[in-house]
Amino acid sequence: MWFVSSILIDGFVYGMVLFIIAVGLSVTMGLMRVVNLAHGGFALIGGATAHWLAFRHGVDYWAAAALSILLTMMIAAAAEISLYRRIYAMEELQQVLATIGIAFIITATVNFLFGSTILAIPLPQSLQDPVDLGFRILPAHRLLVILVGLGVLGLLHLLVDRTRFGVSLRAAVDNRQAAAGIGIDTGRIFAITFVTGSGLAALGGILGAEMMPIEASYPLRYIVLVLIVTIVGGMGSVNGTFLAALGLGIIDTAARYMLSEYGTIIFYAAMMVIVLLRREGAGERAAA
Amino acid sequence: MNFTRRSFVGNIAAGAGMLAAPSLVLGQDGPVRIGILAPFSGPMALWGAQFKQGIEVYVAQHGNKAGGRLVEFLYRDCSYNNPDLARNMAQELLVRERVDYLGGIVFSPDALAIAPMLSQARKPAIIFNASQSKIMAQSPYFAARTGLTLEQISKPAGEWAIKHGIRKIVLVMADFAPGYDAETAFRSSFEAAGGGQIVDVLRVPLQTNDFTPFVQRAANSGAEAIFAFMPAGPLAFNFVRAYHDNGLAKQGIRLLATTETDESTIDQLGDAAAGIYTSFFYSEAHDSDVNRAFVAKLKELYPKARANPAMVEAWDGVHLLYRMIDQAGTDGPAALEVVKGYSWESPRGPVSIGPENRHIVQNVYIRIAERDANGLMINNEIETFPAQPDHGWKRG
Repeated sequence: MWFVSSILIDGFVYGMVLFIIAVGLSVTMGLMRVVNLAHGGFALIGGATAHWLAFRHGVDYWAAAALSILLTMMIAAAAEISLYRRIYAMEELQQVLATIGIAFIITATVNFLFGSTILAIPLPQSLQDPVDLGFRILPAHRLLVILVGLGVLGLLHLLVDRTRFGVSLRAAVDNRQAAAGIGIDTGRIFAITFVTGSGLAALGGILGAEMMPIEASYPLRYIVLVLIVTIVGGMGSVNGTFLAALGLGIIDTAARYMLSEYGTIIFYAAMMVIVLLRREGAGERAAA
Repeated sequence: MNFTRRSFVGNIAAGAGMLAAPSLVLGQDGPVRIGILAPFSGPMALWGAQFKQGIEVYVAQHGNKAGGRLVEFLYRDCSYNNPDLARNMAQELLVRERVDYLGGIVFSPDALAIAPMLSQARKPAIIFNASQSKIMAQSPYFAARTGLTLEQISKPAGEWAIKHGIRKIVLVMADFAPGYDAETAFRSSFEAAGGGQIVDVLRVPLQTNDFTPFVQRAANSGAEAIFAFMPAGPLAFNFVRAYHDNGLAKQGIRLLATTETDESTIDQLGDAAAGIYTSFFYSEAHDSDVNRAFVAKLKELYPKARANPAMVEAWDGVHLLYRMIDQAGTDGPAALEVVKGYSWESPRGPVSIGPENRHIVQNVYIRIAERDANGLMINNEIETFPAQPDHGWKRG
């Protein structure tokens, strides 16, 4: 039937969008073990800045995206120094309250500056045209999402598994005191990781905007979805997040093709089954 | 969009000052006070900002006095999906602030929540938006409604589709009450005419991000066109994008929709919206002197704003409030009578208030989204269904 191939293709594409949006949280929440509900806030900062540059000032899409990610990382660095260093030391429930507060502040700021309308990021002509793959027509933008998603997956792998920084990060997360004792600058490691995760959030916000449009209430509107992908994937496992995003993307798409009357029940039921069936995360590795 | 929190706080502060000296405001010649309930924060804050702009345009055009008395507006924030808050805010306005009239009200549950209180206080309210048909039966103190019902705009859409040779259509409907209302009304005119077939009805859950599955199913349903209703915001935006990105227009499958090309998002949709037909009651490009004056005054006050239906709902709401004050002062029961059957010219075209259900009788226009001579995206009115009542109203 025509929709079997459609489910696989559209599910894969949707899964890649989910991965792009969730991977940053997998880095900050999974690798650093900080409950960061303000993750979507950094995606919103990136997306709103890209909108401001590209839509209101006509800046080229690629330049706007790069500048916005850079700005988000600078804001994240400032937030790390002033706020998050204190938040790392808090208990989990306090982290939830503190970071959800940050999400509210970001939402209110964007609402004040831009209003509550959708903040579209206009695509360049090259990304607007549908591309014929022979077996299916896809918007060029979705192909970009797939390429960037795979690129991010590969780079994070190299960074965590193959570099000295990755070794230090894993050591710092597993036992901060011992890591500091053998001369690892754990403060610096955490700061770099947090800023990287926030940069990925901004990247996800901008690239994912075609499906999850940027607007002031973005951080809380999508946090549940992002948390589901991160948790189903197993916190801290980039591979797990990738597999979870693809799996959930395909399940959700299949439900919408065949059983849309049941709304999102199937998606949440699938999530519960996966979480119940395994404790360690889809990626099998408990912690990276 | 240019709504600032400072002016909002200013209004609250002014309200608090009045409270301190109630004898000054309660005298026969003191100002008439109107409480406006709308979301000014949260995901639906655009509604509040646009109501306020519509009100300010009306006041700038007609002055701040009605029937010789000063008119004051008190704005209260009712966030989305919180009827309890709406009830509390209405109570505060009616009891503590002693307002004479209420206006605004975006969501149907909010209207249902405040209905008993209005009847008790015997104060009239003008509903600017809350669109469920049955609301007007809940209290005689809902003096009028200046928005729309989905039945009102969907029935002409069905008529238009049949008239223009569409025989097979697929419905793509947000899976909540307004989606069902739109479907019922569309079905009543599309199928009644004979020859038309609704090949499928796709119900879209409100938590949908990726519309590709629905658009692909619509494309494969064998239909020549889609009739769709999605609530304003990310759903409407994503749906239009998905329709465009998957090349349905190129396959010759037309899209007939309702609010999806509202002037507050049409610039952001850009060419993705081009060629979409909508059935609705107001376009910024409506050709009349009243509308040109309205748009000109709006641009003078808010140079970046684009006139949209929410602003016109508020403008007409204030027009009715001014009439009630002029004819009946602050006598609530008497004021109800002076708007029943009343007709006037709105920026949207000629309108009147239906004497039985107090809902606005208005033209419904079929429009096509396209660029005008200056390259601006507009909703160009191509056909008019004159003087449409609320087709969802049931007697008794």
